[in-house]
Amino acid sequence: MAAVTRVNGPLVEVDGLGGAAMFDLVTVRGLPGEIVAVRGERATVQMYEYTGGLTPGLPVEPTGSPLSAVLGPHLLGGVFDGLLRPLTGAPMWLEPRRLAGTPAGRWRFDPLVARGRATERGTPVGAVGTAGGLPYLVLSPGGAVGSIRPAGEYAAGDVVATIGDAEVRMVTRRPVREPLPCRERLAEPVPLVTGQRVLDLLFPVRLGGTAAAAGGFGTGKTVLLQQIAKWCDADVVVYVGCGERGNEMADVISDLARITDPRTGGRLADRTVVIANTSNMPMMAREASVYTGVTVAEHFRDMGYGAVLIADSTSRWAEARREFGSRAGTLPAEEGYPADLASAIAAFYERAGRVTTLGGRTGSVTIIGAVSPPGGDMTEPVTTHTERFVRTLWTLDRELAYARHYPAVSWDASFSRDAGPLAAWHDRNGGEGWAAARARVSALLAEAGHLSGLAELVGATALHPRERVVLLAGRLLREGLLQQSALSTVDAYCAPDRTLALTGAVLGAVDECLALVAAGTPAGDVEGRDFSAVLRAKESG
Amino acid sequence: MIEVEYTDVAELRGPLVVVRGTGGVGWDEFASIRLAGGRRRHGLVLEVSGDLALVQVLEGTSGMAPGEIGVAFSGAPFGVPVGPGWLGRVCDGLGEPLDGGPPVSGAESVPVGGLPVNPVWRLPPSEPVLTGVSVIDLLTTLVRGQKIAMFSSPGLPHLDLAAQIAAQAHAPGEPFNVVFAAMGLTHADALGVRDTLEARTSAGDLVLLLNLADDPVIERVLTPRIALTVAEHLAFRLGRHVLVVLADMTSYCEALREVSSARGEIPARRAYPGYLYSDLASIYERCGKVRDLPGSVTLLPVLTMPAGDVTHPVPDLTGYITEGQIVLSRDVPGYPPVDPLASLSRLMRHGVGAGRTRPEHADLAAQLLAGLARARQAQELAELVGADALGPLDRRYLDLARAFTGRLATQGRTESHDLGETFDLAWQVLSTLPRAELTMLDPAAVDTFYRP
Repeated sequence: MAAVTRVNGPLVEVDGLGGAAMFDLVTVRGLPGEIVAVRGERATVQMYEYTGGLTPGLPVEPTGSPLSAVLGPHLLGGVFDGLLRPLTGAPMWLEPRRLAGTPAGRWRFDPLVARGRATERGTPVGAVGTAGGLPYLVLSPGGAVGSIRPAGEYAAGDVVATIGDAEVRMVTRRPVREPLPCRERLAEPVPLVTGQRVLDLLFPVRLGGTAAAAGGFGTGKTVLLQQIAKWCDADVVVYVGCGERGNEMADVISDLARITDPRTGGRLADRTVVIANTSNMPMMAREASVYTGVTVAEHFRDMGYGAVLIADSTSRWAEARREFGSRAGTLPAEEGYPADLASAIAAFYERAGRVTTLGGRTGSVTIIGAVSPPGGDMTEPVTTHTERFVRTLWTLDRELAYARHYPAVSWDASFSRDAGPLAAWHDRNGGEGWAAARARVSALLAEAGHLSGLAELVGATALHPRERVVLLAGRLLREGLLQQSALSTVDAYCAPDRTLALTGAVLGAVDECLALVAAGTPAGDVEGRDFSAVLRAKESG
Repeated sequence: MIEVEYTDVAELRGPLVVVRGTGGVGWDEFASIRLAGGRRRHGLVLEVSGDLALVQVLEGTSGMAPGEIGVAFSGAPFGVPVGPGWLGRVCDGLGEPLDGGPPVSGAESVPVGGLPVNPVWRLPPSEPVLTGVSVIDLLTTLVRGQKIAMFSSPGLPHLDLAAQIAAQAHAPGEPFNVVFAAMGLTHADALGVRDTLEARTSAGDLVLLLNLADDPVIERVLTPRIALTVAEHLAFRLGRHVLVVLADMTSYCEALREVSSARGEIPARRAYPGYLYSDLASIYERCGKVRDLPGSVTLLPVLTMPAGDVTHPVPDLTGYITEGQIVLSRDVPGYPPVDPLASLSRLMRHGVGAGRTRPEHADLAAQLLAGLARARQAQELAELVGADALGPLDRRYLDLARAFTGRLATQGRTESHDLGETFDLAWQVLSTLPRAELTMLDPAAVDTFYRP
């Protein structure tokens, strides 16, 4: 029989686990753990809870399956821990040994297929009504429909259909470390609208794309990600608080419950799944939380929805891997991280994509991760590896944040590899002139940045009048267009047509000024004009 | 209960003892170690492997010899009694009395490691703690349930300020207690803190835990956890608002590094262990407000930035976990030397305003900070080109900065300002600017309080 031989924090060594597979789940005295190394009969297990009181000799029970999450209609509007166990309804103090059973409650089920019909894997066979008006779809495992229940209320664990030789329930279990399969990845770029002008215009992200927000503490990462969670035009948002502050999670949860979803009229929370594994919850569940999060997102993708996964922060996830690697005696690579850091980061972001699902629908998973570089050092390994694998990088700048310029997205240290194709998409889809406006804004910001360096050396008055107007243009663009207040009721969200209109207004003012100096008006007079209408345009609805 | 004692010591290394031949010893158990002559020390199980148990000795291993000691295990993690019996007491870093009183007792004993609070139960902090220190109450308001760090450099009076806050802090009209935990303080510093807190201690409002610089380093790992365990009980079982001051977290982190190094762990940044973030989080996250419960735990960790370096792992990781910081700076004259522009209370917006402090609080703070930022620019310019080259408006901003430093930001070490005084001072300072500059404030408030 398998038994514990060594306990060192979350690391447990077990003897007599012959036949167990890598990444299989085991339980020790009711606590879950995952096998991460096998040598002969001896296995190393990472435990997902506080291991106080575990002793050598305790029996270990293999479950024969990998770490899996319970997926079902209870996800929408719920708050869960890193192993996707419900926190809503759990006690105030989180004791170890909580188990994730089948969720309680009953849901309305409507069949979508008739008995006898052949279905492919992934075909919706039933719709389940949820609070937010977004139907949760029960998907076929593939095969002929043997039986299907009539419309009605059922418990999550009830069998609602038999298909092939499988019993289908509203809830299902999926291993979290393995991507859910799809039929095909789609290449065409379609934007995810975040409602944040600096992102949508300059550094956009596409449906099924990947983005990272990187910046030291105090630069506003969490507020930016929360804004995206609240306002982006995804069908489902999965928000993973991975090793972050408890009070911040409380803020997210209460905000989501308070805000009305502009698209459905219901609560924003009803299309959101929150995974809250805060910094003092078990460290290894924090490591697992990004995988459970992306699995939930893929699950909704398979129903044909656009899902966005937000992970704050992937640095804490990487640190949990480092912490465990160090206990397990893995040879460290850069800064003590295990050598598989780069491949793990790449594999995580690669789970994003806009795809044709097995059932033939179009769905997407967009991954947005926060990176918290220690000491704000952008050359540290998690940041540098992330930069290589994401298509969009938002570098948050401390100088901008100190100047209270939010979102503090740096325009010279950020990039979007999809910016060109997405601008062209806007041009084709009702946003005519988007690509040209974007190019103009980028060029002016770059030139203004260069000139302000020069002005600090020689003084602004020594510059050519046109150059002084370019400096002014930089300021108008920053204050009138790129700054956006998360607290403002009219400006927290900005639709693409409004972004384009504001851009046009600011560029119009810039052109006017350029024309004036070109015609001989002294630069000082141009600078002295009243620009308050341009600067306040964003504050009026 | 028959206590089983193990005497087969395989190894002594740094603060660690490896005991052979143990059975049924669990990870994280509390141990009692008997020395030759009958004296006792205490330990925690850091690892169990086969019949070996690795024990960290809290009071250090000096004088221990294999063959002369016996180790007994308690079957439970380290815990302390909790309850109001702590109030008014002065104890060492392990909670043993230093004030000549009897050992602290309580109705129940609670493991000091704590349990995480379910995030769903947390209430976002939204009410102020008033410290009586104008610059903090006005610009970096502490919010009940928040964690906010004080960052300082060696030689600055951060302990004086922390003790002053501990002596003066209150939640108007509500029961309020303070738990002050000192880690690695010098005797002179500890004496100062004890003096400052004397009145509040004898009033039975405050708990003082003192781990001194020459006390065993390893005790330091437990001191903040004991403090928080006591505080959580006062807050969440007895309904008090509790301020926990932890000074100095840099000493705490060094203690953690010492144990990590003795265990032969792979070091991370500056040789601190790779789990420093998780470990600090297990302390800092033990603050908050909880649904349906009246009390709160507000946390003020104080730390010295080695060589004033904010990117050092201790302040850096602290900054990632806490909700803002009060930064002390050598460049600020007078006391307290709080740098208002580098300081930030992230949750302040929720904790001030009508019904909490004063209706104009948030706008007034924003206006004052904007003015101070402008004054700093003007000052830099003046140093380059000379004060004569400044325009009249820039000079008014320099007046603002002077008035701020002289009237509002400087106060005595035992001087407590109530909210009314703080706001009077703030309006006096703002009144050095031309009225047209006060664009961030409600004109009605300016009408009432602006006195040029």
